[in-house]
Amino acid sequence: MSTPWRDEVARVAGLARIELKPDELDRLAGELEVIVQSVARVSEVATPDVPATSHPLPLTNVFRADEPEAPLDRDEVLAMAPAHGDGKFLVPQILGEDA
Amino acid sequence: MSDTLVPYDDAVDRYDPVFGIEVHVELGTRTKMFDGAEQYFGADPNTQITPVSLGLPGALPAVNGTAVEYAIRIGLALNCGIAESCRFARKNYFYPDVPKNFQTSQYDEPIAHDGWVDVELEDGAVFRVEIERAHMEEDAGKNTHVGGAAGRIQGATYSLVDYNRAGVPLVEIVTKPVTGAGERAPELARAYVQTLRDMFRALGVSEARMERGNVRADVNVSLRPSSDSPLGTRTETKNVNSFRSVERAVRYEISRQAALLDAGQPVVQETRHWHEDTGHTTSGRIKSDAEDYRYFPEPDLVPIVPDRAWVEEIRAHLPELPAARRRRLQADWGYADAEMRDVVNAGAVELIEATVEAGAGPAAARKWWMGELARTAKEQGVDLEVLPVTPRQIGALQRLVDSGRLTDKLARQVLEGVLAGEGEPEEVVVARGLEVVSDDGPLLAAIDQALAAQPDVVAKIQGGNLGPVGAIIGAVMKATRGQADAARVRELVLERVQS
Repeated sequence: MSTPWRDEVARVAGLARIELKPDELDRLAGELEVIVQSVARVSEVATPDVPATSHPLPLTNVFRADEPEAPLDRDEVLAMAPAHGDGKFLVPQILGEDA
Repeated sequence: MSDTLVPYDDAVDRYDPVFGIEVHVELGTRTKMFDGAEQYFGADPNTQITPVSLGLPGALPAVNGTAVEYAIRIGLALNCGIAESCRFARKNYFYPDVPKNFQTSQYDEPIAHDGWVDVELEDGAVFRVEIERAHMEEDAGKNTHVGGAAGRIQGATYSLVDYNRAGVPLVEIVTKPVTGAGERAPELARAYVQTLRDMFRALGVSEARMERGNVRADVNVSLRPSSDSPLGTRTETKNVNSFRSVERAVRYEISRQAALLDAGQPVVQETRHWHEDTGHTTSGRIKSDAEDYRYFPEPDLVPIVPDRAWVEEIRAHLPELPAARRRRLQADWGYADAEMRDVVNAGAVELIEATVEAGAGPAAARKWWMGELARTAKEQGVDLEVLPVTPRQIGALQRLVDSGRLTDKLARQVLEGVLAGEGEPEEVVVARGLEVVSDDGPLLAAIDQALAAQPDVVAKIQGGNLGPVGAIIGAVMKATRGQADAARVRELVLERVQS
């Protein structure tokens, strides 16, 4: 049965290329509803003087020096791929659209 | 299927064009945005990869500090505000060139925002383009579609992926809607991208080579009935990768959209593909809503809070930008506005600057590059900078003229020799025997000969008629194969006759 939460789960599953069975859709629709409502309760208690959390860690400006490190060995990496050719990864035909 | 088009002049007569441009520039850092894989153009496929570039499980990104500095440089050069704090976000989509299944980008908190840049068109008209934002992100890998025609997606049976480019630092610069350019919109769009390219080079943040894809543009175009109407529906033409194509793509979309609106049909908001070979655009996918990318803050990277002292230090060390440099050089060289514009449009600023450094006066340097050499380049259908002569050689040539060893005419012959690969100016002078005859001895001999051949001339000159002096000079120049200094010959003739 179509409900707003079930439709939302189905839409996000589609975007994430995850195939869900009808009973999974039903279960996740209920769980998503609970999650969203819980977050909504947090929003209720947040007042304008509470700054938004940008990141849970109390760290900023973690930078890496612009210095090269050794690359992975191409042959070893390609050997892990299902298929390769000309030193490149070979992937199935890309249908339809450009990303 | 070919589109119905309205002639361009009619289209801009009836509609007010508005455009916006997203420019992506690959930063010239040594390593990638989020990992230490080296990055430079032309490496063998998949030799610049690390676990982060490939999105292997457990791999953690780390921000390249130099890339952040370059992004701030770009933001400052575009008169943007630099964010007090900003962060990265994941832009989720599935495509083989993005091995992580998301692109790490900035979404709600770009590093730079709200700026502007003045863009000068070829005739000197200046338009201010407002900048919405500049944000940091990473490039994707490169797909080669195999089996279809001309590497296109349609008809391909499989694709080959090279991840060397995956993770190369990018800065994306987004304009606000650019209004008020009217029929000059395509020209302005082109000049804007050119201005940014020149700026990237001056800032030292990228080689900014269009032909290598260092700079890529997506072009948004819409039409509205008049300049006080609300903005119309826009299309986004992706990956327009040369200056000329930017101008053509905007022009094409104006003509195409005008035909739709004339026929009472809506413009569909969509992504379109630019076809360089035929100069037209075709429909791609219908533009998806931003939320389809399911953006969310990147949990593996902490926020960036650019220290104000650091930002001010970067600002203080910004190199001179192209527009300011052009103004300074024009003042130094004493060129009129129109002269300077011609020099800029001919791509001769650097050449003339180097020629002046090599010892030529600014006027002489301009005369060579915009005269003789511009003609040669045009005849050969090439750019000035690829002519087989260097600014240093032109400087040396002009010094020979200034010291009186060559006349202008002889110098042109020497240049001909240099262009023909006969060596340095000095070598050509010697090899071709082109030096001005500065020794009076041979000149006097030639003058006496000429006077003897035209005895009536002496009497005329002695009678105060200087007209025939020219005939004697001509005869002397002929006898010395043009290597005499005409002014000196004149002096000697007068001395001879009047003594």
